[in-house]
Amino acid sequence: MDLVANNLSYKPDDQYHLNEVSFNFKEGNLYTILGRTLSGKTTLLKTIAGLLTPDSGEIEFDGKNFLKIPVWERNVAMVYQQFINYPHLNVFENIAFPLKQRKIDQSVINEKVTDALKSVGLLGYEKRKIQELSGGQQQRVSLARSLVKNAKILLLDEPLVNLDYKLREQLREEFKNLFSKGLADETILIYSTTDPRETMELNGEVIVLDEGKVLQVGPAKEIFENPNSLKVAEISNDPPMNIIEAKISDNQIRFEGINLEAPQHLSKLTEDGLKIGLRSSDIELNENGHEFEVELAEISGSETLLHLKRGDTKIIVSIEEVLNFKIHDKVKINFKIDRAYAFHAGGKLASSPFGGLNG
Amino acid sequence: MNKLYIFLKYFFIVVWTVFVVAPFLWALTTSFKDFQSVNGGVTYIPWVDFEPNLEGWKVLIKSPARGGVDIIEPYFNSLFVTCTASLISIILGTLSAYALSRYTFKAGFVKNNDITFFFISQRIMPPIVLSIPFFLFLSSINLLDSLTGLIVVYIVLLMPIAVWIMVDFFNKVPREIDETALIDGCNPYQAFLKVVLPNSIPGLIVAGMFCIIFGWIDFFFAFILTFTEVQLLPVKIVALNSSVTPWWSLSASALVSVAPLIIVAFIVERYLSKGNLSGAIK
Repeated sequence: MDLVANNLSYKPDDQYHLNEVSFNFKEGNLYTILGRTLSGKTTLLKTIAGLLTPDSGEIEFDGKNFLKIPVWERNVAMVYQQFINYPHLNVFENIAFPLKQRKIDQSVINEKVTDALKSVGLLGYEKRKIQELSGGQQQRVSLARSLVKNAKILLLDEPLVNLDYKLREQLREEFKNLFSKGLADETILIYSTTDPRETMELNGEVIVLDEGKVLQVGPAKEIFENPNSLKVAEISNDPPMNIIEAKISDNQIRFEGINLEAPQHLSKLTEDGLKIGLRSSDIELNENGHEFEVELAEISGSETLLHLKRGDTKIIVSIEEVLNFKIHDKVKINFKIDRAYAFHAGGKLASSPFGGLNG
Repeated sequence: MNKLYIFLKYFFIVVWTVFVVAPFLWALTTSFKDFQSVNGGVTYIPWVDFEPNLEGWKVLIKSPARGGVDIIEPYFNSLFVTCTASLISIILGTLSAYALSRYTFKAGFVKNNDITFFFISQRIMPPIVLSIPFFLFLSSINLLDSLTGLIVVYIVLLMPIAVWIMVDFFNKVPREIDETALIDGCNPYQAFLKVVLPNSIPGLIVAGMFCIIFGWIDFFFAFILTFTEVQLLPVKIVALNSSVTPWWSLSASALVSVAPLIIVAFIVERYLSKGNLSGAIK
């Protein structure tokens, strides 16, 4: 049973929330919608759920026109980024709600709810009130409520974004287990996120969305290795990919007085306005490297992010250890230039180290 | 500093309590007095300063023919009109408020907020402005001087209160809760009844309380729109005032008339103290 959308557009104000979005989702697969805040992820999920009607376009599911079916008959499940549960019901009643709505036998309900509670690790919490649970537990309840229905389409709208770091890691791990346990055999799982790392870990088919437009579709690995444009490269990397305006001639990449030997996949590009893209992890500190000035140094977790400057060129370097730097310190860095991407002046990918296009 | 704060706090609480309770005590003792105790100098404490008797209370239920004032019928009229009008106002008001909170209406320049304001404006307007239209309207449909007519008018007066309170309340209930209910297989009516309404009980109680209070204390419209057939309590009590009714009966009637509001206040207070008004929605 496929979920097929054709040219979905939605423009409630003067901006597109969805702009000619098309996709073909197959059952048993995980689809990750990657995009920044306000890129239209929630709008797309709500449109699939039936909570929003697009201005134009079609959605078909199992060969039927989905837009003609009201939300309550669509058999979808959705988990919101806010922890949405029914505050007047306890944990058990919350999870049983969609089943009760289908008038299922009480004994079957008990069994299914217990299973769902087990899979989200909340056994023993049946009688608790929602307000007595932590954010992570509340989100597990709403996940359990969406699992218990055996919905054909499961929509997860940034389910981890409002959780703290530890819990996010833990729940993400549990999600991966749940998804791989065969839950997704007949289900179309659609997961939206702003986090490139989450996207790579979930390792599903990725749809990169920006300003309501689909920029690229492909497996996570493909998006990571061969982003088809500067935009995608920015969205799918955190910190965003460094973009350096450079010139390539005589097998040399030149910028800010630095000359680097061009790797093979870049050597043939000699056009004007070329942009070199290099991930922050592909730049390292090196005594014999090129001198840059520290603009800002932030430590996040076990990582140090260095914001560096040389002339008009600004770059971010991430270092896998905690180091202390002062503003205006001079540091020397080396570029792993064989990992560099090149983009045309218009933003399209010109060449990637993983063999995209000119490589 | 801290002690001074505590002292001042309790000082003001005591002063305020005396201010609020004293008139009640005065009315309560007076209602049990006879002619001698009221007019023969100052008396305060029953059984010491004066001998209490039930004469003042008995007058209230005696028929006028036997020297009483008979407030039983106006009392039940008032209860009936207030409760019926409040109930209908709450039902209609809640439904309108939900619609105003969740759906977008647009007719020319009139949008949701304008409609909400239209409801509230009915209360901002001085009642006297409405009195003549109401009078003419009720007389044209033959409902002057009747309970039904009063209920109709009271719904017009009370529904804005319900709409106002409930719109604000529904706006605080996240839309996602309704949406989740829809996704979980409820149609919009079921979503409203099974999910939104149970989470709105605190708002309903507050709205209900205000409707009952404003309905119960209304004198103006009850006075204008009724003559002889139907009488509501406030009108009856004011009428007592201008006649030769003795102080002790007036005191008793005043106490009976505030009794329902005191009961309402206690119920709501219990609900408030259970913490159910807050924290229902995170």
